[in-house]
Amino acid sequence: MTAALEARGLRKEFKGFVAVDDVDLTVEKGTIHALIGPNGAGKTTCFNLLTKFLSPTAGRITYEGRDITRLSPADIARLGLVRSFQISAVFPDLSVLENVRLALQRQRGDSYDFWRSERVLSRYDEAARGHIDEVGLTEFAHHRAAELSYGRKRALEIATTLALEPQMLLLDEPMAGMGQEDVERISALIRRIAKNRTILMVEHNLNVVASLSDRITVLARGEVLAEGDYATVSQAPEVIEAYIGAGHD
Amino acid sequence: MSTMDPATSPAARPEPSVGMPTHQKAIFVVLLILLVALPWFVYPVFAMKVMCFALFASAFNLLLGFGGLLSFGHAAYFGMASYVAAHAAKVWGLTPELAVLAGTAAAALLGLAIGSLAIRRQGIYFAMVTLAFAQMVYFFALQAEFTGGEDGIQSVPRNDLFGLIPLESNMALYFFVLVVTFGGILFIHRIIHSPFGQVLKAIRENEPRAVSLGYRVNRYKLMVFTLSATLAGLAGAVKSQVFQLASLTDVHWTMSGEVVLMTLLGGMGTVFGPMLGAAIIVTMQNYFATLGAWVTVIQGVIFVAGVLLFREGIVGLIARWTKKPL
Ligand SMILES: Nc1ncnc2c1ncn2[C@@H]1O[C@H](COP(=O)(O)OP(=O)(O)OP(=O)(O)O)[C@@H](O)[C@H]1O
Ligand SMILES: [Mg+2]
Repeated sequence: MTAALEARGLRKEFKGFVAVDDVDLTVEKGTIHALIGPNGAGKTTCFNLLTKFLSPTAGRITYEGRDITRLSPADIARLGLVRSFQISAVFPDLSVLENVRLALQRQRGDSYDFWRSERVLSRYDEAARGHIDEVGLTEFAHHRAAELSYGRKRALEIATTLALEPQMLLLDEPMAGMGQEDVERISALIRRIAKNRTILMVEHNLNVVASLSDRITVLARGEVLAEGDYATVSQAPEVIEAYIGAGHD
Repeated sequence: MSTMDPATSPAARPEPSVGMPTHQKAIFVVLLILLVALPWFVYPVFAMKVMCFALFASAFNLLLGFGGLLSFGHAAYFGMASYVAAHAAKVWGLTPELAVLAGTAAAALLGLAIGSLAIRRQGIYFAMVTLAFAQMVYFFALQAEFTGGEDGIQSVPRNDLFGLIPLESNMALYFFVLVVTFGGILFIHRIIHSPFGQVLKAIRENEPRAVSLGYRVNRYKLMVFTLSATLAGLAGAVKSQVFQLASLTDVHWTMSGEVVLMTLLGGMGTVFGPMLGAAIIVTMQNYFATLGAWVTVIQGVIFVAGVLLFREGIVGLIARWTKKPL
């Protein structure tokens, strides 16, 4: 197996507070890898470092064998490593269709054309609708994203991310705040899209983690506590300790 | 709550129209008709002044209302273009359209240079950087040879348009100004409703998300900054041909403040707000000119009252009442 994403000695300090402490992480190509841990463990900070939304204090990140430690976040997305956000990230005042189209529009590269009418963007409508159908938002194509329920906003976010056809996705709590039915639906979608992609996800719902992931890394206070499959990790005493100690689950 | 629950799914919405909404088109047409008739009812020079400032405020609004960037130094582009256009007409003897073009190009370059440094900063720091550079431009205008220092560039000739059409009469000049400023405003409208404009909206609404989709947002910010500076320059260049004058007033920081005032009063992020704001402020300055320094005080009072009473500006307020984007 080869690594899709690798981090070595990743560290982030916020004014002396160490949020991520010498983390080594290897995500194998084609797997679903879960990053779990109590609140404040540093999971989101890790995501921010891996996608360069934050600059690491120390450490090295490689993606597909290429050193990406110094790249800009936009350029990392262009390499096919795309992230989602813990709080749902949509463009609220734009329609569902426009949200998804923005992903398509960037790839084909006519986004600097300020002299043309936005009518030219209709050439992406068909592809956008395909992605919208895939997450079950067909009837909502012309609704403003702000009008959607929470679960539908998350679905829209996934549709937009998938429209980029990323090779690897970093999903930060994709199912937080969703009802059971939505959780199942998104789980099935993640399993489907993972067939030819690599996924690293943060998730608090341990049932989802158990059923979806090939490998799990447990983080607490910025450090890696344990790593392995669900059975191994859930038996590890330090993991049980950390979860109980943090009063979580 | 489910993503797919058919019971809670409203009927699919019809496809909205793309491009400029019909009612906006109608307003533009009515406006054009009124403007064509205007010089027979009001003093043409006054009308031309309003149109120049309407373009200036609309250009500023492109940056503030659609790019989400507050510049406190837009006088630099307006004023520098005015100097260059005046110099081009007077010293180089260029025809008005070329003089205006030269002034606009100067503003574009200046905008590109200042913008590429300013966009690295956010929020209030961005505003401070733009102000600092505008002050440098002001001192340059005060000291440089070609700007004429305190005197400015006076008695700029009104050369023949394309070397053919005399613009000596205010009426002839009026229609040249009308075409250029109205064209400029329509061009701004096109920018807003272009693929580029779509990305601008996305960046304004959720910048981190736009980045995560792979947009190099600083390039878009620089581009909208440069476009805004260019169009502000177009307004300044035309103004110098109208008044046959380029002076320190045009590069002074109070000019940067005035365009903020016009835009906020009319309604930032609206299409027609900045034009209305410009018309109100210019009219006021005209009628209260005899009051001297009191005009500034009155403007201040209007500004405070405006911000307190209707934050979204006059047109923004009307848009909310009529539930139509204006
Ligand atoms: N910009 C910042 N400045 C200072 N401290 C920060 C910053 N971002 C995160 N932290 C701190 O770093 C720690 C890790 O935060 P992080 O958001 O990565 O946790 P998390 O594992 O994602 O938690 P959750 O499960 O609640 O999402 C927290 O203590 C947080 O307060
Ligand atoms: Mg988090």
